Amino acid sequence: MTSLTVQRRSAVSRRRRRFSANSPSWLFAAPALVVYALVVLYPAAAGVVYAFTDWSGIGQDMSFVGLANFGALLGDEQAMGSIGNTLLLTVAIVAVQNGVGLLLALGVNAKLKSRALLRVIFFAPVVVSPVMVAFLWKYVYNPDPSAGLNGLLGLSVDWLGDPSVALWSIAGMVVWQYAGYSMVIFLAGLEGVPKELHEAAMIDGAGTFQRFRYVTWPLLAPAVTINLMLSTIGGLKLFDQIFAATNGGPGYATETLSTVLYKQAFVFGKFGYSTAIALVLALFVAAVSLVQVYYLRNREVSA
Amino acid sequence: MRRTFLLEIVMIAAAVAFLFPVYTLISLSLKDPAQISQTPLALPDPPTLDNFGKAWSAAALGPSLVNSTVITVASLVLLIALGSFASYFLARVHSRLGYGLYVLFLLGIVLPFQLGMIPLYELVTDLGLIGTHAGMILFYTGIQLPFTVFLYTGFIRALPREYASAAQIDGASHLTAFTRVVFPLLRPITGTVLILNAVFIWNDFFTPLLYLGGSGFETVPVSVFAFVGQYVSDHGLVFAGLVLGALPIVLVFLVLQRYVIKGFSSGLKG
Repeated sequence: MTSLTVQRRSAVSRRRRRFSANSPSWLFAAPALVVYALVVLYPAAAGVVYAFTDWSGIGQDMSFVGLANFGALLGDEQAMGSIGNTLLLTVAIVAVQNGVGLLLALGVNAKLKSRALLRVIFFAPVVVSPVMVAFLWKYVYNPDPSAGLNGLLGLSVDWLGDPSVALWSIAGMVVWQYAGYSMVIFLAGLEGVPKELHEAAMIDGAGTFQRFRYVTWPLLAPAVTINLMLSTIGGLKLFDQIFAATNGGPGYATETLSTVLYKQAFVFGKFGYSTAIALVLALFVAAVSLVQVYYLRNREVSA
Repeated sequence: MRRTFLLEIVMIAAAVAFLFPVYTLISLSLKDPAQISQTPLALPDPPTLDNFGKAWSAAALGPSLVNSTVITVASLVLLIALGSFASYFLARVHSRLGYGLYVLFLLGIVLPFQLGMIPLYELVTDLGLIGTHAGMILFYTGIQLPFTVFLYTGFIRALPREYASAAQIDGASHLTAFTRVVFPLLRPITGTVLILNAVFIWNDFFTPLLYLGGSGFETVPVSVFAFVGQYVSDHGLVFAGLVLGALPIVLVFLVLQRYVIKGFSSGLKG
């Protein structure tokens, strides 16, 4: 009798589990959470702590110095200059990469015979290691008037050696590598624009530009959001390309937050100061991402 | 029709201009030093393959290719397994805990890895994993999980629940329902996850430089970096090394390009 009740009760509870508690156990997420906590969360949290110390990177000697690292940052001309460079570089990359990406997407979205090949060509640099792309461009940008870009254009610019040009040259090679990335995301957005809307607009007498402005552009908003976010985060964090092409030079002309924090840690042994700069970088990225998500999501419409 | 033709001409011209660095790369890799200094822009005349043989052995590309392959493949397997399981929970759970966990994972997309770079270096050293494949695999799995979870969770949320429910009514556990029914339905997004992570892991430079430098387990970008530093003035040789170093991932791309481009865009759309 008892055993029968137990059996019945367990059958009921089993059935209830099947139908009502229909979400999987949190144990599904446990292994990922452990690895993520170990590799990302714990180190980042420890980094935040280090940002308030004077740790040199060697031994256990460290003491808390409060906001001293951040105060030092404000008085550090080179580091403050690097913030300006980081922002300029990011704005240039975001504007040009997405502008070019959009034009390429509109171009290859038309019924061209070579469209498949063109997509492959424009996208190919995305898959190559940024360090290798930087080495290639270091030669393309060489000052010799008979070689590289100078030879092609008949110029004699010292692309990476002239402090007033170098930052824009870095932006140029980043745009070359990633314009195809923006293009592909815009193409995905263009596929979501219904043909009927264009036809209707055409019947109403809208020209090419008007159709772009009033039909295509509003529907591209999600692609714009993703592109702006990815290129902004990428621009703010940019490291490999600068490390390989100029290492912050000439002078401090291409020094960014990433290169300064790298040097403070591994050249000068100021690990506490370095992580303070990394924390500033993290706050920049977080702030910009939040603002973008907030403003751009608001203007998204659906077809 | 005429306008399409005109557009085609413009786009092809843009592509030709865009390919100039690639032309430089390939033509210089096929030239001897005399040709490079005398006629840097001209086609190689006559072309020579000498640079490639020298670059292959001087950059130790054979062992690096093996290291890169081992690290990339193992990280991808772990990312897909851990990422899809976690996302199944995150996409299906209705609780504050579940939402909090999801936001916690997304935080990882925004955090610059430099913030945790030094503590992580210490941790990896304490675990005895500096200079090992296992250390790099652990690192890539952790660092790429946020993006992987983001892609999988978005996809699973759009997937009807009925498939899994049906299996569970037939007596399957959550685990069986996921592995037998849901996971196969995730194929498109798994392709995207695979491609995006493969490109990132294969090409990553700074972390392997930091964690593997001098260990004998260097990946391709690290070996090429050291090689370029050593032969910096011999452009033919350096460019042959760059061509060889980039070739594996470019070949994979060319074979899979239709899926790559589709995957990139659809993955990022969701």
